[in-house]
Amino acid sequence: MLLLSSEFLKDFDVFIRERYPDLLQATGQHLILSGVALALGVLVAVPAGMLLAHYPAKWARTGAFGVANIFQTIPSLALLALLIPLFGIGTKPAILALFLYSLMPILRNTYTGFRSVDPAILESARGMGYGAAQRLMRIQFPLAFPYIMSGIRVTTVYIISWATLATLIGAGGLGQLIVSGIGVNKEELVVAGAAAAIVLALLADGVLGGIERRVARRAHPKAASK
Amino acid sequence: MIVFTGVKKQYDDGFQAIKNIDLEIKEGEITVLIGPSGCGKTTTMKLINRLIQPTGGSIRIQGRDIASLNPVELRRQIGYVIQNIGLFPHMTIAKNVGVVPRLLKWDKDKVERRVDELLGLVGLDPDTYRNRYPSELSGGQQQRIGVIRALAADPDVILMDEPFSALDPISREQLQDELVRLQQELRKTIVFVTHDMDEALKIADTIVLMKDGEIVQADRPERILRYPANDFVKSFIGKKRLQSAGTELVAPELAPSVDDVMVEQPATAFPSRGLAEAVKLMERRRVDTLLIVDKNRKLQGTVSIYNVLDQYAEENKTVADVMRPVEHTVPSGTSLAIALQLMSAKQLSNLAVVGEDNRFVGLITRGSVVRHMADLYASGSNGGDAYASVIV
Repeated sequence: MLLLSSEFLKDFDVFIRERYPDLLQATGQHLILSGVALALGVLVAVPAGMLLAHYPAKWARTGAFGVANIFQTIPSLALLALLIPLFGIGTKPAILALFLYSLMPILRNTYTGFRSVDPAILESARGMGYGAAQRLMRIQFPLAFPYIMSGIRVTTVYIISWATLATLIGAGGLGQLIVSGIGVNKEELVVAGAAAAIVLALLADGVLGGIERRVARRAHPKAASK
Repeated sequence: MIVFTGVKKQYDDGFQAIKNIDLEIKEGEITVLIGPSGCGKTTTMKLINRLIQPTGGSIRIQGRDIASLNPVELRRQIGYVIQNIGLFPHMTIAKNVGVVPRLLKWDKDKVERRVDELLGLVGLDPDTYRNRYPSELSGGQQQRIGVIRALAADPDVILMDEPFSALDPISREQLQDELVRLQQELRKTIVFVTHDMDEALKIADTIVLMKDGEIVQADRPERILRYPANDFVKSFIGKKRLQSAGTELVAPELAPSVDDVMVEQPATAFPSRGLAEAVKLMERRRVDTLLIVDKNRKLQGTVSIYNVLDQYAEENKTVADVMRPVEHTVPSGTSLAIALQLMSAKQLSNLAVVGEDNRFVGLITRGSVVRHMADLYASGSNGGDAYASVIV
């Protein structure tokens, strides 16, 4: 009801005009937190997933998925709290926590993507004289790409929403607006922070989806046109 | 020429996939490796491009021991076609065909020219197919691409691992014919693995029959048919023949029954058919006689084209009005010799085989007898003599 009242909208409008720089700065911080965590997650989890698929040693797979699973299941607030004695407060521990969360979905999707490549295709690539690295990069990677991308998209949405908690260990971001809004009982702050986080998540997902479709159209013409 | 000398392959668990093979694969020929599953035929083929490493002996291609060559470079000089086609789904047809030339770093124009040339070779219009993806092609077209992809870098040796076995029978025959046609021009050394004796007989210059990791017989198809080395070879050839005839596995020595020889789907018609329909049916099936059966497939009579034409002007008549009773039938399971004696004695051009309650099961015609005899002689089984005399 509050949201719909014209009085609130008028106040909100004034608020946005006034606090525009703060909102922009918080959004920037939020983007950096999520972006760096996600980039690190991709850099670690994609190669790790490729390795796990390439060397199907069961203990390595169980171990890696086990560790990644554990990070995934620790409640986000608890993980942030746990990191304070180890890394203090600020941006670094926040990025670390978000990075740990990103590992599991990317790792699992990369692994599944690489395992899903038809063994007959790999056999024929080997028989025609593709070296091991060429096989990985020219055959397996393009075929696994849609799986990897879907892992990254899911993770991106999660990371952007979880990054709102990072303010609790002093990393700033859109969460700061929400938390201080709660503190001073100012709905405009809460709504602005939450709305910005939602828009950010949707935008990021849209951009990644666009990239995925562009690449997939080249790789899987049938699947993409469906 | 590819020469195997004392080649062995033993796996870590002690299983001997290949036991001491000596084999010469002649240049410019299609050599077919055939045998029951697990006989080592695919393993033998994969030793040639080092997809599998032997545990003993040596393999030489043109006098060079392949163990001394870099496996990746060796494979680029050997064409390879697999059963499941193995086209890369994320690459266009042109990209797929040009895979090995690109690995060999040919320049772009040369690759494109080669791709178009190869597409033309198997009757696929380059402008139509160049930019399509494998999933947009039929199974037969996909395997044509698989074959020309193996030819792309003009290798001297091509390995084919049951390349046509996943295709429907019509595409399979077409591709076999095309392979034989291509080979007449190209004269490649082709090593072809199959488990289908008919396929082997159709395309092979040399057949290498394997069992339990050993070569049982390696020779020209004609000589294998005429002089099978032992009972295994006989039964392998014979078994296949009987399977293709759609009958149960029986020992070739047993005299065949009428059921082995009869045509199972001869032209039949219901009694209520009109005369014009009967003529049409005969035209379509290219026969001069129809057997008339009721809906329970009980044999009612027979109608020849002369019976029909005699009364053709009478539009209301059905085949039931013009049919004549069937004078001679034999029960299912009768030996062929008896049936042939009957046909010979009564001057019959065909003889119906009936089951219980006069149910029609098939028809022996002169054509079906000749086909059966041809099969027997083609298989080289000496059981043929026993009843050959009956016919003469």
